[in-house]
Amino acid sequence: MSTKKFMYLNRRSSFGTVYALESLEVVLIAAAFEQDVSLAFIDDGVYQIVEGQNTDGIGMKNFSKTYHALGDYEINKLYVSAESLEERGLTEEDLMPLVYEDEDDDWEEKPSVKIVSNAELSKIMSEQDVCLSF
Amino acid sequence: MKISIQINEGPYQHQASDTAYQFAKAAIEKGHEIFRVFFYHDGVNNASRFTVPPQDDRNVVNQWADLDIKDAEGNPELVVCVAAALRRGMLDESEASKNGVDMNNIHPAFRISGLGQLIEAGIQSDRLVVFGD
Repeated sequence: MSTKKFMYLNRRSSFGTVYALESLEVVLIAAAFEQDVSLAFIDDGVYQIVEGQNTDGIGMKNFSKTYHALGDYEINKLYVSAESLEERGLTEEDLMPLVYEDEDDDWEEKPSVKIVSNAELSKIMSEQDVCLSF
Repeated sequence: MKISIQINEGPYQHQASDTAYQFAKAAIEKGHEIFRVFFYHDGVNNASRFTVPPQDDRNVVNQWADLDIKDAEGNPELVVCVAAALRRGMLDESEASKNGVDMNNIHPAFRISGLGQLIEAGIQSDRLVVFGD
């Protein structure tokens, strides 16, 4: 099977709608297909990877810890829009420290999250074969 | 061109399914191939055979069924995501009996399958077009 560049574009926060959860479900399945996978977090999507999410008061499953597993599935390109963070008063320190182990570098732990400008992000998007928007 | 479609919204509430249908119909008329239509999120509700719209309105479910999108073996290529479908009460005969539910509501022109079918559609097709918010 050929390899394509797949990008999953996350635009909504974690719990207001089901898009974030069901996007993550697609990403985890996609990992089994050995494609080039990257994720982008823009607009309210940046809230999906904010540290310290707690659903105790709303009776919903807290799936935010699942993002930590992405590195084990070799999904380690998580692009976050700098503008979207700034518009929401967030910084990189507010995000979960998501990492992966680099097999080409003696399994050194490296950050998966990369803060990029919207201009950089649109360039990365234009290099994709398939963009799935959630 | 080989095209696949992903539909993320339910019928009537949202225009996504209507627009996707018009797109698919036009593409087929132009000689393109619709490899697969994948229904996800509330889009799974587009597969309900219990849909009964007023007589003077379009029937979104039957419209899709009439497009007759199948693979070479005659299997439907209108594919409903199983995880999204089950949590929204959309079941075919097999899922109904597996889960002890006394009825099934998936239209026979559709079939239930896994998310892998969406990824495969992205790999196999020249274009994957997403309809939704």
